[in-house]
Amino acid sequence: MTVFEGIGKSRTGIVGFDELTLGGLPTGRPTLVCGTAGCGKTLFASTFLLNGARDMDEPGVFVTFEERPSDIISNVKSLGFDVEQLVDQGKIYLEHISIDPSELEEIGDYDLEGLFLRLELAINQVGAKRIVLDTIESLFSAFTNPAILRAEIRRLFDWLKDKGLTTIITGERGDGSLTRQGLEEYVSDCVILLDHRVQNQISTRRLRIVKYRGTAHGTNEVPFLIDQDGFSVLPISSLGLNHKVSDERISSGVEDLDAMLSGGGFHRGTSILLSGVAGSGKSSLSASFAAAACERGEKAIYFSFEESVDQTVRNMTSIGTDLQKHIDCGLLHYVAARPTFYSLEMHLAVMLREIVRFEPSIVVLDPISAFMGSGEQPEVQSMLLRMVDFLKSRGTTAVFTHLMHSQAGTTETDVGLSSLMDAWILLLNREIGGEFNRELYLLKARGLSHSNQVREFVMSDRGIKLLAPYIGDGRALTGSMRQSEEARARRNEVERRAEVARQAERIKHRRRKALAQIEALQAELDADEIELNKVTDAEDMYLEQSAMDQQEMEKSRRVDG
Amino acid sequence: METNETLEARGPKKLVLYVAGETPKSLAAIKNLEKICSENLPGKYVIEVIDLKKSPHLAREHNIVAIPTLVRELPTPIRKIIGDLSNSEKVLVNLQVSENE
Repeated sequence: MTVFEGIGKSRTGIVGFDELTLGGLPTGRPTLVCGTAGCGKTLFASTFLLNGARDMDEPGVFVTFEERPSDIISNVKSLGFDVEQLVDQGKIYLEHISIDPSELEEIGDYDLEGLFLRLELAINQVGAKRIVLDTIESLFSAFTNPAILRAEIRRLFDWLKDKGLTTIITGERGDGSLTRQGLEEYVSDCVILLDHRVQNQISTRRLRIVKYRGTAHGTNEVPFLIDQDGFSVLPISSLGLNHKVSDERISSGVEDLDAMLSGGGFHRGTSILLSGVAGSGKSSLSASFAAAACERGEKAIYFSFEESVDQTVRNMTSIGTDLQKHIDCGLLHYVAARPTFYSLEMHLAVMLREIVRFEPSIVVLDPISAFMGSGEQPEVQSMLLRMVDFLKSRGTTAVFTHLMHSQAGTTETDVGLSSLMDAWILLLNREIGGEFNRELYLLKARGLSHSNQVREFVMSDRGIKLLAPYIGDGRALTGSMRQSEEARARRNEVERRAEVARQAERIKHRRRKALAQIEALQAELDADEIELNKVTDAEDMYLEQSAMDQQEMEKSRRVDG
Repeated sequence: METNETLEARGPKKLVLYVAGETPKSLAAIKNLEKICSENLPGKYVIEVIDLKKSPHLAREHNIVAIPTLVRELPTPIRKIIGDLSNSEKVLVNLQVSENE
């Protein structure tokens, strides 16, 4: 918290407001809180006062010009303030100043010293550091001389400033001016405007800091909320993009899906968008994320805007996921609310509060597209952006489902959120060959290498399975087309194998024949060899014989000769 | 009721004038009131002046906001006149409302 030099700040204890104003209201100065009837002025003022008295050791005086003190006590009792106790402890004094104009006659000059004396008495009685005047404008209906009143009110504010009291003055919104009686001209330090607007039959409360001297402040309207926990101003975001990232992986509850991401599962603390047409399995998949977290012993919140808790539990039981046991043991917190039940800001506030309270490690919003009916697109987008930022800053994993009305433009969501998401799972429901088949595709997963396949998404009582599609002939097939294609392939394979076996047999046969032929020829060859040898031997013997005969003949001739 | 009225009619009734210190307005109011009572309503009212600066809790008790305030509690209805009472006719009209009935 930054406190600028020169201006002290008094914390209001109003959730979000002290952050917005970098510390609270200007200490020792008057602040004007104005707005229409029923916009929460009195509640804002009393929260400031009671928080100060209870938690910050700054006693206070509540000066009410309209409501009776007993009404105020009972009004804030429902918000957890025990005013009676604080009054008994001397930390709060309720001063009721009611003037009935009918019993009052003005004759001559007068002033409001009586009011000053009463305030001084009350202030001294509790040692007040804070004071609320709610609403001083009623004096204008009690007294008829505006010149005296204005002078006295100016004197009162100066007096309160001199006393160093941190003051809230409430004022009813006037036509064309912030307050009916132009109180803003007396209060130069801080002016806060509360607004209560109804759009599409849904009311939204907004707060704007019109003026805050000496403090850099946004002039944007900031939504605020009044509920059983009192007054809370919603964080305007943006928390910046400096959140820590985690390398830890978490399971989606569907093994096959985890396997599609290299390394198994999604990064913790990322935002995952599940988008698809009606009946494509968004809720089932998102519930499975939540159930997986509970199985790990982590806490999960499931915000449903369409189904009741019983309905979701029953539906998930049919696909083999028991959510009830997680709800029973307090790990799963199921919050169901119709989108039109609150305004967008209210939804956001309720969700943020539940998340802060429950501290889940995973949050499911099912579906975010339901909000499209309760606000304009930029509002929805800004609300979801704040949600995403908020969850990221806490390192909470977020699962959003989004209902698409057509599968044609699958690369864009209505709420323009796709670019905010770290992972985007596209669920399709496609008609091929007379049947619809669910398909799942990981459109993106930042920082994770992932399968580019379209998987068939099958839900059964054994859970969610992602079947690898039949891939062949340059296309991927699913459903019965896949089955028939697989069967056909199996048949082809059998035939092919038989053919191969036949061919092998044929070749073997031919080979055997050739071998037999080779044997026969070899036998012939052998016979010829034998014959050849015989011929050669005979020739040798013949030649030997003839040589011998020659010798014999020569011998006999020499004898003779 | 009758006894009440006769009681009221009998004794002088109390007028309480609330002031805060000796401011010109307070002093003027005291002076004007005394003059009106002695000249026009002799014996009907007794005047009590309360300085709220000295006892501020009475301002709270009697719900006094403006100074000076003249309070006539009886006869009913209660009347409160604020201001320095510089217009005696108007003061008289207001004090005599029920008596003229």
